[in-house]
Amino acid sequence: MSFYLAIIGTKDNAVYELEFGTYRQGGDGRPRFSADMKQLCPFIVHSSLDILEEMQWNTSVMHLKVIDKFYNYLISSYITAGNIKFLLLHETRADDVIRQFFMDLYDLYVKTLMSPFYSVDQPITSAVFDQRVKMLAKKYL
Amino acid sequence: MSRTPRQIGEEVWKTRVEKVNAELVTLTYGSVVAQLCKDFGNDYIQVNEQLDKMGYNIGIRLIEDFLARSNTSRCRTFKDAAEIVSKVGFKIFLNITPTVGNWSQDNKQFSLIFDENPLADFVELPDDGKAINELWYSNILCGVLRGALEMVQTQVEAQFVSDVLRGHETTEMRVTLIRILEDEMPVGDD
Repeated sequence: MSFYLAIIGTKDNAVYELEFGTYRQGGDGRPRFSADMKQLCPFIVHSSLDILEEMQWNTSVMHLKVIDKFYNYLISSYITAGNIKFLLLHETRADDVIRQFFMDLYDLYVKTLMSPFYSVDQPITSAVFDQRVKMLAKKYL
Repeated sequence: MSRTPRQIGEEVWKTRVEKVNAELVTLTYGSVVAQLCKDFGNDYIQVNEQLDKMGYNIGIRLIEDFLARSNTSRCRTFKDAAEIVSKVGFKIFLNITPTVGNWSQDNKQFSLIFDENPLADFVELPDDGKAINELWYSNILCGVLRGALEMVQTQVEAQFVSDVLRGHETTEMRVTLIRILEDEMPVGDD
């Protein structure tokens, strides 16, 4: 089971992206997208942005759950108070677990924002952030 | 009766200090450093110097506040001064007590080892390869020490030698006594 996570900024720019696989049931954490899928992931995720932007005004919660489907892949999303979008491409439904993952990711994101040298919409290149996201993925997914 | 510097510091912190939100201080200092970096085009050596100058200006004023609040008597030795600085000075203004250590043979140099630094909470230095080797993020503290001690007739040099933000194990500031200043006649006064 593979996942593709993208963090999109306020100007629809990519801030962070990560591919990973599941650690459950003996999974080793490596993504197993086919070559075609690998290329398509960013496109699929970005195409669901329109739906997200429409839905965000109809709901008052941050976790928007599954907003789009592509063949057998689902896209879940979470929108932060600062209009930053977290999008996760995944194969099986797991709303609760994904919600907790997103909430912890939000926590990490806020800590990144606290650094005076990081401004909103800047790509996140820190290795520490990368490592921590991978640990979160291991914990929840 | 408050005797040890540690007790004096605790007592003053509890009673005579108005508190302010720590995150406000952290974020304000952060934006000062970030803005300096932008203004000087990431010339981190210059930024260090500016932070030191700013600290100096703070220090020469801060010493009055410190003496008014803490009511400590004159330090007899440089060692006493180091203890007062770390247990009372830093306690009153930042609520931290850096450890005094690494005294040199002639007792003219010591280190302040910070196990927490509220100015640098959540900070990550920029990834451009230069900052991590050149920028001393909390350099304002060196200036503050230099300024404050100069006003009490003690000329020192203060510099950071390691910083956790740069990947080192500890944050350590080295303070060196240059000389005790005697009152001097202003030039051309006779």
